[in-house]
Amino acid sequence: MSRAEILGNIRRGLSRSEAHTERQQAVQNRLACKLSNLIPQRAQLPAAEQVELFKTMATEAVAELIELDRFDQVPSACADWLSSQGIRELICASNSELRELDWSPLAQQQIDKTERVAQAGDIASLTLSFAGIAETGTLMLHSGEQSPTTLNFLPDNHLVVLHRSAIVGVYEEAWKKLREKFGNTMPRTVNMITGPSRSADIEQKLQMGAHGPKKLVILLIND
Amino acid sequence: MQINTPFFKQRAHDALADANLQKALGNLKAGFPEKRAIAVSRMPEFEQLRDQGRDLKNHILEHLDLYLEEFERKVIENGGHVHWARTADDANRIILDICQQVDAKTVTKGKSMVTEEIGLNDFLEANGVQPVETDLGEYILQLRHDHPSHIIAPAIHLNLEDVSEAFHANHHRPKSSDPAVLMQEAREVLREKFVAADVGITGANFCVAETGSTIIVTNEGNGDLTQTLPKTHVVVTSIEKVVPTLEDMTLFLRLLARSATGQEFSVYNTLSSGPRREGDQDGPENFHVVLVDNGRSEMVGSEFQDMLRCIRCSACMNHCPVYGAVGGHSYGWVYPGPMGSVLTPQMIGIEKGGMLPNASTFCGKCESVCPVRIPLPKLMRHWREDEFEKHLQPKAARYGLAGWAFLAKRPALYKPYTRMASWMMKTWAGKNGRIKKLPLAGGWTDWRDMPAPQGKTFMQAWKEQQKAGGQQ
Repeated sequence: MSRAEILGNIRRGLSRSEAHTERQQAVQNRLACKLSNLIPQRAQLPAAEQVELFKTMATEAVAELIELDRFDQVPSACADWLSSQGIRELICASNSELRELDWSPLAQQQIDKTERVAQAGDIASLTLSFAGIAETGTLMLHSGEQSPTTLNFLPDNHLVVLHRSAIVGVYEEAWKKLREKFGNTMPRTVNMITGPSRSADIEQKLQMGAHGPKKLVILLIND
Repeated sequence: MQINTPFFKQRAHDALADANLQKALGNLKAGFPEKRAIAVSRMPEFEQLRDQGRDLKNHILEHLDLYLEEFERKVIENGGHVHWARTADDANRIILDICQQVDAKTVTKGKSMVTEEIGLNDFLEANGVQPVETDLGEYILQLRHDHPSHIIAPAIHLNLEDVSEAFHANHHRPKSSDPAVLMQEAREVLREKFVAADVGITGANFCVAETGSTIIVTNEGNGDLTQTLPKTHVVVTSIEKVVPTLEDMTLFLRLLARSATGQEFSVYNTLSSGPRREGDQDGPENFHVVLVDNGRSEMVGSEFQDMLRCIRCSACMNHCPVYGAVGGHSYGWVYPGPMGSVLTPQMIGIEKGGMLPNASTFCGKCESVCPVRIPLPKLMRHWREDEFEKHLQPKAARYGLAGWAFLAKRPALYKPYTRMASWMMKTWAGKNGRIKKLPLAGGWTDWRDMPAPQGKTFMQAWKEQQKAGGQQ
């Protein structure tokens, strides 16, 4: 009822009928072509410089950056960072790539590692990033069997692995990457994350750590 | 929400005399405009982005019916549900129905101006469902039984002490005046609510037709917890928010954060595309989108169509001298500032909302910062004309304007009259050229002197200049 009225109102306002083929075509073309709008110069850079831009922008957004030479250094880097914060637990996604690693460095520092979705009260989580976007130092993660979304938001500290090769210049490149992986049907959610949670709702003064993670740590793998 | 727009004058008067409010508003002036200017200076293509934003919105509005149908089709394909709400009442009933279907006791809410517009909280509460606002600013307001005074900084009219008192009264913890402690308190109290909620309600900044996704743009992460933890996620949004593709959404994302908070990008930009997929271990099992019209479809094809380009960034109010002086509550309804002055008469009627398009100096700052170049002063002028045609203005304004029009259209009368008036004012003012009191102009001279004309009218000066050969 409402639907017909709303669409009818719009068509009356535009003085157009539903079966106007020219308009239908304009819409279908726009949806099919996925044309980019203006892309800022800022991130149209050679790959190496994109990585530098990503690092600069992510740090500006108050993310912590830890650079590693190899992926297999992730467990010891996690262990060191968690110990430095006095944290004794790490919640991980049931992720096949992460599972292949040797996690003994955690045990050596008396840190428990659990594979599950996040719960209220969790202190730290580890996830894998699908892409890094240099333009604003933004991480892109998506939901899936091996990447539950709660891990990105509930724990106080969020550690994210990002491969250097996953860094792109601008958002448009990340959408392309996403379409290559998922075709026409998106994962349930895509999270673009730029730094840790914050709010300026009290007197417009910025406070870090509102409802999401208070710290965002990016483990950048220079492989 | 109660409509107080007809009392704008009195409310503005009170606001100017309210020292606490003036202190709080000081934070606005020092914050947003400066941050936006810096963000814009770092993006050399910003003006081009604004042009493209305007043009793309115009394209969308010309094809709004079709993009909405595409969006709906895709949401359903993703396993979600789409509901169309012609009015605020329709929307409230649809949302309550969804809550009742899952036997919801409490719902958490992300920040949403559309739910303010339809008065959702009161409606849910009256029907036995407890809404919990989770955005820090909105949460503070809910505790105080207050309403947002700004579309992205809802509690901007409050000071630290107000928040401190509200938390102390409700949380039964020691009173603190440290913003960091207060935020941690809200984090702890609300964490339980997030987990307990049966339904999560969020708004949407954009709806993407290509993918059937909605997106929220936030900094706190409360919107993400709201939509991830409960079994049901309801997106309440309005029909003009649809965009064709992810690339098109991206154009607006580049404009939005910079225009709003002056950030390069907000912390969380989250796309939701339906309920959890097979194999997903978390996320909602039910996904609903409520598309609210509430007067918008009537704006299509009207002189107010340009207003439907609005992406709710708040730049217009952040830069508005009137908003900055009197704050959002003076406007008397949900949407304040220049965008509110155009939108409010559409939604509640010009009879009640007529004061708002008059609450502008037409300085043009709003239009100059609008990311989609909405001609806000022009649209306010349309409302003033509408108000005049419907004989809704006070008699003094009507007769005054009619008298002036009578003179202005008759040069033979106008010239001698203005010559005489300008001579009289000059004489009245005396030596220092300032008028301290002027009959019928107390609204001006009560607060400041009126500078007197220097003796000649513009027409006289022009004539003399022409005679002198156009030389100054």
